[in-house]
Amino acid sequence: MDGIHDMGGMHGFGKVEPEANEPIFHAPWEGRCLALNRAMGAIGAWNIDAGRAGIEELPPQIYLTSSYYGKWALRLENLVIQCGLAQADEIAAGHARHAGKPLPKFDVAAVPSTLTRGSYGRPAHAPARFNVGDRVRAKNIHPVTHTRLPRYARGRLGVIDAIRGCHVFPDSSAIGAGENPQWLYTVLFDGRELWGEAANPTLKVSIEAFEPYLEAA
Amino acid sequence: MTHANDDHHEHGSELSEMQLRVRALETVLAEKGYIDPAALDVMIEAYETKIGPHNGARVIAKAWADPAFKRALLADATKAVQSLGLINRVGDHLIAVENTPSLHNMIVCTLCSCYPWEVLGLPPVWYKSAPYRSRAVNDPRGVLADFGVTLPPDTQIRVWDSTAETRFIVLPMRPAGTDGWSENKLAALVTRDCMVGTGLPKPPAEIA
Repeated sequence: MDGIHDMGGMHGFGKVEPEANEPIFHAPWEGRCLALNRAMGAIGAWNIDAGRAGIEELPPQIYLTSSYYGKWALRLENLVIQCGLAQADEIAAGHARHAGKPLPKFDVAAVPSTLTRGSYGRPAHAPARFNVGDRVRAKNIHPVTHTRLPRYARGRLGVIDAIRGCHVFPDSSAIGAGENPQWLYTVLFDGRELWGEAANPTLKVSIEAFEPYLEAA
Repeated sequence: MTHANDDHHEHGSELSEMQLRVRALETVLAEKGYIDPAALDVMIEAYETKIGPHNGARVIAKAWADPAFKRALLADATKAVQSLGLINRVGDHLIAVENTPSLHNMIVCTLCSCYPWEVLGLPPVWYKSAPYRSRAVNDPRGVLADFGVTLPPDTQIRVWDSTAETRFIVLPMRPAGTDGWSENKLAALVTRDCMVGTGLPKPPAEIA
């Protein structure tokens, strides 16, 4: 979706402000929130792509004014309700009032699985359509559901820089349409192709693009 | 969304509100039988103590000290990092990108905040912030200036937008004046930011 989350190239957000000696969590609830989200993902309540979509679907004014873990908490509330794992009256009350769904329980033995990233490479069912060095154009598409093709690259000419194998396709996975694995490429763009002639000539930007995002050019 | 704003939300009225909301969620999910709160404690402890940029720093120091490892890292970072046995398991698609005198790499995720947690730990607030995510792809030199870093005007800058499940780590240039240094000593020069591409390794004089 063309949401506020798709921030590449936007103006007006100001300077980057690194924090010296930043703590891992700024308050204990941030750690609880991270762990709750990871735990629910680990027991298969939803997949990583549906989780990202859950953040993107927050209203833009909420997205911009909530902290990172604040967004995670709101996403968790929404997904728990959407997936029928708890009801709004329970969240409001802070206690369970109805029976839960049959899901495996996230216990201590399951923790190691949340400390490493999942595996998203999949066997290929067809050869890759593009080769390294091919000129491609990112399609001008505007799906209203989750996609990983950033707006700033759409319609722009690039070059296949690397082939990364066949991966779960987030656009399908996020909407419950299955993994629908697709070839993934690193596509390299000249800064001037993305930002116009005034762009610094030393700039190049690459995206990781799934084959359905690309057409031969 | 500057850090000042984050401060407002983290330490102002949102704190108690968020504390209560997250506690309510945890209670409901525990009472429903989905989670054991003790498992959350274990996970949080691991993120606070085991997973962090010290792992990435060892990878970079080894690449500086051992040319065969550097070749292996650039060919297949997942396999190379795995071989060090630092961490349980890294994601399947870790990619190391090398800085050279003519090329500087920078990592961003404009769409969310994808970051190589296994080697760098949880991302800092600035990496997840709107200023970084918006500007890294069109004004990386301006972003570097925010970090106090200036590169020669003719250095090529390559920004990697992490838009899929591939993850990137920058292999910075080994600082001059470190001949004969042990891997441990070299690792002390490797900052988190230099592995993201928003910083450079510490000058050797800082720790010599």
